[in-house]
Amino acid sequence: MSRFSKTVVAALLAGCALGAHALDRYPGLGRVATAEEVKAWDIDVRPDFVGLPKGSGSVDDGADIFENKCASCHGSFGESNEVFTPLVGGTTKEDVQTGRVKALVTGSFPQRTTFMKVPTISTLFDYIQRAMPWTAPKSLKPDEVYAVLAYLLNLAEVVPADFVLSDQNIRDVQNLMPNRNGMSTDHGMWPGRGMGNGGKPDVKNVACMKDCKTEVKLTSSLPEYAQDAHGNLADQNRLVGGVRGKQTVAPAEGDEKAIAGQPSTNAIATALATEKGCMACHGVANKIVGPSYQDVAAKYKGQDGAEARLVAKVKSGGQGVWGAIPMPAQSHVKDEEISKLVQWILSGAKAQ
Amino acid sequence: MALQDERPGRLRRAPENFLTQEDIQAVQAGRRSFMRNAFVAASAAMGAPMLARAASGDSAIMNLPPWSTSLGQPVAARPYGLPSKYESNLVRRESPGLTRVGGSSVSFAPLQGLFGIITPSGLHFERHHQGWHDVDPGKHRLMINGLVKTQAIFTMDDLLRLPGVSRIHFIECGANTGMEWGNVAVPTVQYSHGMLSCSEFTGVPLRDLLEQCGADFKKGRYVLAEGADGSSMTRTIPMELIESGEVMVAYGQNGEMLRPENGYPLRLIVPGVQGVSWVKWLRRIEVGDKPWGAKDEAVHYVDLMPDGTHRQYSSIQEAKSVITSPSGGQILLAKGFYNITGLAWSGRGKIKQVDVSTDGGINWRRARLESPVLSKALTRFNIDWVWDGKPVILQSRAMDETGYVQPSYGQLRAVRGTKSIYHNNAIQSWKINESGEVGNVQVL
Repeated sequence: MSRFSKTVVAALLAGCALGAHALDRYPGLGRVATAEEVKAWDIDVRPDFVGLPKGSGSVDDGADIFENKCASCHGSFGESNEVFTPLVGGTTKEDVQTGRVKALVTGSFPQRTTFMKVPTISTLFDYIQRAMPWTAPKSLKPDEVYAVLAYLLNLAEVVPADFVLSDQNIRDVQNLMPNRNGMSTDHGMWPGRGMGNGGKPDVKNVACMKDCKTEVKLTSSLPEYAQDAHGNLADQNRLVGGVRGKQTVAPAEGDEKAIAGQPSTNAIATALATEKGCMACHGVANKIVGPSYQDVAAKYKGQDGAEARLVAKVKSGGQGVWGAIPMPAQSHVKDEEISKLVQWILSGAKAQ
Repeated sequence: MALQDERPGRLRRAPENFLTQEDIQAVQAGRRSFMRNAFVAASAAMGAPMLARAASGDSAIMNLPPWSTSLGQPVAARPYGLPSKYESNLVRRESPGLTRVGGSSVSFAPLQGLFGIITPSGLHFERHHQGWHDVDPGKHRLMINGLVKTQAIFTMDDLLRLPGVSRIHFIECGANTGMEWGNVAVPTVQYSHGMLSCSEFTGVPLRDLLEQCGADFKKGRYVLAEGADGSSMTRTIPMELIESGEVMVAYGQNGEMLRPENGYPLRLIVPGVQGVSWVKWLRRIEVGDKPWGAKDEAVHYVDLMPDGTHRQYSSIQEAKSVITSPSGGQILLAKGFYNITGLAWSGRGKIKQVDVSTDGGINWRRARLESPVLSKALTRFNIDWVWDGKPVILQSRAMDETGYVQPSYGQLRAVRGTKSIYHNNAIQSWKINESGEVGNVQVL
């Protein structure tokens, strides 16, 4: 914030730097920030639009930027549930009128998308500007942020397709945000006096000690099919003591721990893939930006020369087999490491 | 395995100090016969004179192990010490399917195997919003701007020269136990409660830095904290907490510098408040007159209520406790004595009392609180218990110094429903069946 007062502050600083009140409690510690330094880092935008940069961007321009820089994670229409929860969906024209998202009451939409929750348009501007795109945060210029936001607002049916969002009309769009009236601070969990009910808890229990109820009502337990979803619990507990971990997964053939503390080949390979940054785009069992390792294993299963071909692909990059997004050359990974990773992938890419 | 043949006394450990796979399978396949055999062997041995046993003694005693018969490793063989290789099961773990990209995910601390109240730094839970970096401390800067007389820059040199304080506090993610709002979803305490850690943090009270800059404490009732990572995550903190002197700009954790995953070289410490406000890689503090409505206060970390509204700026972690052993996914090896142990904590101050039930909440006994009992820190509790082999349901219930008592699932859901995601502090139940297996269950 405080973009308004920058010039005033700069003028003050010039005086303060030499004055008796500047940084004098601990002499010599800290120095005066220059106006340029504050401007470089102070990029936040508040709900009252303090800090909002000047600029504008159209839905059309936003669509182009989104397709190039955002769609690989969010889907072309902000609808994708592959990497993150969908940005758009679950809001209606009626919600734009009322400022309350009805699907949050009825539970009629499977996810809670960003537009179903966010009450303040400033939040979206601020976050896109500071943190997006995922792999190149802070690279969008203000006009590009306006454009991407305009495109998202259009997808959410808040603004028409020919809309141009700007610092001049953003306040008007705030009055159309579907969940603008959906937030409450009437609770006891804010540790200050400025908001909330002063810290009064909403749920009350008493420390009854004897005959506190007549029956024990068991409402939920872990279903059988989920017993092994978190791996072998025997391997997640200490080897001595009054208890052991429960054996939930039979040890895989050829993958037994020789001695306790010795990681398996699968564990070594996944650790290597994580260390080299491969897991940023590939999951073991799930697609992220690139295909999952298990999908790769299935595709090349039993093919002659698959290992050599995949090693070459990792080394020099590739595009087209799994979609339009290219995989860059992985020159930071050593040859023997690439071989180890490819062998692990082709062996079926087991997680642990 | 020789365990079955040469068991001289009660059920005891194999020479390597752990049950073999066969033993554990034997336990699971036919708990009763295994136990019976064990007790038969035990009573036989009890009756036999000590001398008679010496001929066929414990091989861990009779055969001297390599560590008693050879030269050990020299000092500084490992310049930075590591845990024993036998402890490799106790590591941070992800919950499969919880998130789809590791840069915006969470790893859980292995509470089931930890002692006392301090979390080893390498096992501290992780939550990153756009991946972690190992930030060069020589290039790290802390900017203080906004409603201050002098907007200022501090280097790590400056911060380390200021008077430091060290304090023990817990940090819990607001979404801890979030998967369990509606029903049981995960098998062990690592996944149900492992977004929880406690460390001794060392740093500078933020109040001192704001005073150094001449902050306007009258108009500036809110502070924004911002990280230096890709997401440059931001959260609003109330000035009241900073004025209390509790909020710290910390560089130290458990006697050394913060770990990169925990914000090296600088993070904010906001005792009692959910982890998301403890901004890591802290690069900027801004003093302002209104809250900021950041992404993590307007899209995430908002609690959905049954009427379809979201609670915004819900920050305090209310009193909560959990039994860490015996706990879900474990197996009790035999009947007899156990120390039920667990952790209790409150974002509103000290833990005053922890009660433990072994009958699903009908009757309760007061647990022992181990020292130290500190404000907004984990408190370790213990209670003696003898398991008679019958099914039981274990629960713990914390009360803090304000008199607030940790609620049951029934009480919590009556007010907040089941879709809140954040701030689930309900009483946890672990069911132990006749075979000694401990499972995660919910009791209203």
